[in-house]
Amino acid sequence: MSLKKVHSEQPKEFKFSNENLKKAEEILKRYPEKNRKSAVMPFLYLAQRQNNNWIPLAALKYIANHLSMPYISVYEIATFYSMYNLAPVGKHFVQVCTTTPCLIRGADKIVKLCKEKIASSENTLSKDGTCSWMEVECLGACVNAPMIQVNDDYYEDLNEKSTIEILDSLIKDKPLKPGSYRGRQSTAPEKKQLKNGESHA
Amino acid sequence: MEKVMLKPEDKIFKNLYNELGWEINSAIKRNDWKDTKNIISKGREWIINEVKTSELRGRGGAGFSTGLKWSFAPQEVGSRPHYLVINADESEPGTCKDRDILRFEPQKLIEGCLIAGYAVNAHVCYIYIRGEYIKEGKRLQDAIDQAYKKNFLGKNACDTGWDFDIHIHYGAGAYICGEETALLESMEGNKGQPRLKPPFPALVGLYGCPTIVNNVETIAVVPTILRRGGKWFASIGKPKNTGTKIFCISGNVNSPCNVEEEMGIPLKELIEKYAGGVIGGWENLQAVIPGGSSMPLLSKKICDTITMDFDSLIKNKSGLGTAGIVVINKNQDIVSCMARIARFYKHESCGQCTPCREGAGWMWRILDRVAKRKATFSDVDLLSDVTKQIEGHTICAFGEGAAWPVQGLLRHFRKEIESRCREEPLIKKKIDNPYLVDQHLLEDKNA
Repeated sequence: MSLKKVHSEQPKEFKFSNENLKKAEEILKRYPEKNRKSAVMPFLYLAQRQNNNWIPLAALKYIANHLSMPYISVYEIATFYSMYNLAPVGKHFVQVCTTTPCLIRGADKIVKLCKEKIASSENTLSKDGTCSWMEVECLGACVNAPMIQVNDDYYEDLNEKSTIEILDSLIKDKPLKPGSYRGRQSTAPEKKQLKNGESHA
Repeated sequence: MEKVMLKPEDKIFKNLYNELGWEINSAIKRNDWKDTKNIISKGREWIINEVKTSELRGRGGAGFSTGLKWSFAPQEVGSRPHYLVINADESEPGTCKDRDILRFEPQKLIEGCLIAGYAVNAHVCYIYIRGEYIKEGKRLQDAIDQAYKKNFLGKNACDTGWDFDIHIHYGAGAYICGEETALLESMEGNKGQPRLKPPFPALVGLYGCPTIVNNVETIAVVPTILRRGGKWFASIGKPKNTGTKIFCISGNVNSPCNVEEEMGIPLKELIEKYAGGVIGGWENLQAVIPGGSSMPLLSKKICDTITMDFDSLIKNKSGLGTAGIVVINKNQDIVSCMARIARFYKHESCGQCTPCREGAGWMWRILDRVAKRKATFSDVDLLSDVTKQIEGHTICAFGEGAAWPVQGLLRHFRKEIESRCREEPLIKKKIDNPYLVDQHLLEDKNA
């Protein structure tokens, strides 16, 4: 269960854009007619994408109406799942995996760099408002540890040098390419093997 | 005794690293969708029997016989439709095998879905994929669209006379949704909190209908098993622990990687041959978590000889789980490593059962105290007690998953833990100790 803060300044109204209304209709077709409620998670994602990567309370009410659900049920779901942001995040939202497999390959150093480069505490916008960061649990790319997720993309096989480059590129609003930063093919064993872990963070 | 490596022709996932291309046309060249119509025409009974012959055990962690699970679905469709649900909510720390199947071998999964769907009388399949795998989900959708274009899915799928549709449903960052009943709750638009079993999903599952829930890897190996025969699969590995398996080797190794190998391969061989060995050499090994964070760790002495299969790991009071191997060398503080895992479970507990919700926090706080050398001797017994209070007292296996790694730590590293403890309880020394306060009040600082 994650503890979440709802943003203090809330917009009064929320409506799906025309494009999202069409998408919503497509989503509803996937589930049986009497189980419209199943669409609540995809709908929350639609709302989040439409509203700069965070969901205002008005959107929860809108979705509740749309699916004939009690408002509190939608609220419960939005707070239960950690990927729904109920307060603004940066345009470049950096999520650092710090669970054990990443931790023992130096995820703590990446956290330190985020503190230096973006903001001293989690879930706080950087000075120019473009970035924010948070620690998250296992992102499921353990053999490419340490790694970070920026919006939809995974940046893998990091060390301190490459992390600095990536964070700088985000701050400049010119993100580098995602993928492995040790030039390897996905999760394959590396042909040029490293000795004594010299290249991880 | 040197074991023979898995022969290249026996590898099921030939494109595990995307060296050959993931698109449907390259997949067809690798024999995906070959004879699918013929396989399905042999009928349900034949398919289920062949899977039973292969002795395939579920790859999601529990290791339950797949053929047996399928046979639990009602033979005839009654008033309620049947569903097939694929569990792609891969979130177990140390595990990243399904991700490679989703992005590089999606046709194996899709073909497996059609065959499994037919075998359990389901016309609709949902693939529940973890929310963070946005790119993998898009790739899978592309692959599904390609399969529709070739008429492998949809009405009269693959010319078998069976109508079959696949939909993707994204999770949103809750580890617990990897538990099958929590996954179903989540799909129904609720919080992901597990249900009491029985009734099992095979009878009362999604929307109250008979539902078979399988892991990605389990379903993805089925088409190859049926093409080459259950006996072929059963001839690989050990009795009752058959076939090939994708191992994820992460942590303090020189070349972390995913690799498909035979079940029952020695752990040492796996680490040395594929992962470039332990950083600092084999003698620098401290412990290994063999099957994702829920499985108790193994000491170096056990690692010297252990083979990687369900039964030998159970004999050593651990488990194969998802085969996510996390190697921890002597440069790491083992207590901090396990405290971080305890923090993971504290964060991910769904909050439904009190022993798990409260106990996970207790375990984390005590271990954190030990790591910081602020614990007392009585804390060690308390920690052991808390793990016992959680284990077996919760609705789902998350409780065990949280308690076992701590029990493993206590089993193998009790001396290490005790060497960091102080004699007197801190409270007598009037040291400011935040751990005595309710955790929620400190959530901001500690979470």
